[in-house]
Amino acid sequence: MKLNFDDEKPVFLQIAEGMEDAILTGVFQEESQIPSTTELSVTYKINPATALKGINLLVDAGIVYKKRGVGMFVTEGAVRKLRQKRKDQFYENFVSRLVEEAKKLEITDVEIISMIERGFSK
Amino acid sequence: MRGIEIKEVSKGYKDTKALDHVSVQFEDGKIYALLGRNGAGKSTMLNIISNRIFPDQGEVLVDGKPARENDQVQQNMYLMSEQTLYPAGMKIQQAFQWSKEFYPKFDMEYAMELARMFGLNTKKKVRTLSTGYKSIFKLVLALSVNVPYLFLDEPVLGLDANHREMFYRILLEKYIEEPFTIVISTHLIEEVASVIEHVVILKDGKIVKNCATEELLAGGYRISGKKEMVDIWSQGEDVIGTEMLGTMKTAYVIGSSKEKWKKAPEELEVAKLDLQKMFIQMTNR
Repeated sequence: MKLNFDDEKPVFLQIAEGMEDAILTGVFQEESQIPSTTELSVTYKINPATALKGINLLVDAGIVYKKRGVGMFVTEGAVRKLRQKRKDQFYENFVSRLVEEAKKLEITDVEIISMIERGFSK
Repeated sequence: MRGIEIKEVSKGYKDTKALDHVSVQFEDGKIYALLGRNGAGKSTMLNIISNRIFPDQGEVLVDGKPARENDQVQQNMYLMSEQTLYPAGMKIQQAFQWSKEFYPKFDMEYAMELARMFGLNTKKKVRTLSTGYKSIFKLVLALSVNVPYLFLDEPVLGLDANHREMFYRILLEKYIEEPFTIVISTHLIEEVASVIEHVVILKDGKIVKNCATEELLAGGYRISGKKEMVDIWSQGEDVIGTEMLGTMKTAYVIGSSKEKWKKAPEELEVAKLDLQKMFIQMTNR
């Protein structure tokens, strides 16, 4: 069965994750301003309600906050928070799948570890 | 109540029913797409709302008031359609001035600015414009009339990709500045999918779907595999279309749950349905 739900993520999620990436890679530093929903909407040609929904995900997660009358800013400590979240996801997305596939192929944990070490040494 | 309410509207031409007891609401301040194949009744619906033709039955209410032959109500809406309603010998700039007569909020300065951005020569006569520039001329009018209800019937016909992008961006900018109701009738669904909030799909004069864009996109799957298998798994689903190829069957379902398909067996191939395919299936069934 071929299934790739990640490819077709709803637009608001893509917006939220795109902003998260930009924060993680330092495009938007902590305590700096991020683009407004208006800018996002016009730039990416998306309905403003969709852009707002994406940004609100970040607000709810405490990644960005609103300064009344000024705009949206990256919260202090956002990078650390995001890294932790992505690490949890890393386990879900990569490690558990890796183990699942390894079991099918009868690859032992020792073998996997040596493979990972090989990957790191490259 | 703010918004447009279409109640039990029917309209027939000779032996065809263009609209068959259609009821739908366009809420205040939302962007809608009106989808359907040629002859599905899209233009008929827009023409009835804007009083260009009259329904055989039913009525249209704008902000709770009947739209029919009501000039005050009509000043609150604008329909951009294939027809050019201006004398062909008229110059663009004159046409702008003319529009201001009927639409008091027409913004001349803005219209001239848009014309400049699109490279529309306002000294030219309407007649001499190419197909693409006729569309641009009509779009500039539509963007400048400043009415609470804007209907766009195939707005980007004949426009190149660059101008289409420009148009959608300007439309969004305007909408964000002061939200108004926009209904876009189009067959270029993928292009408007991200812009619209709500989808209304017409088929043979009837509404076959009326829901949030996200809802439509979220629950649409294409399931293929052995016929028996597909039949078992698509039981109880809203199947909007099927295809057979030998013993292979493909079913298109909407309003479905992701969790169910995660559990589907290896022999079934499951994929998300994009808006374009979904639309084709929906209007073919």
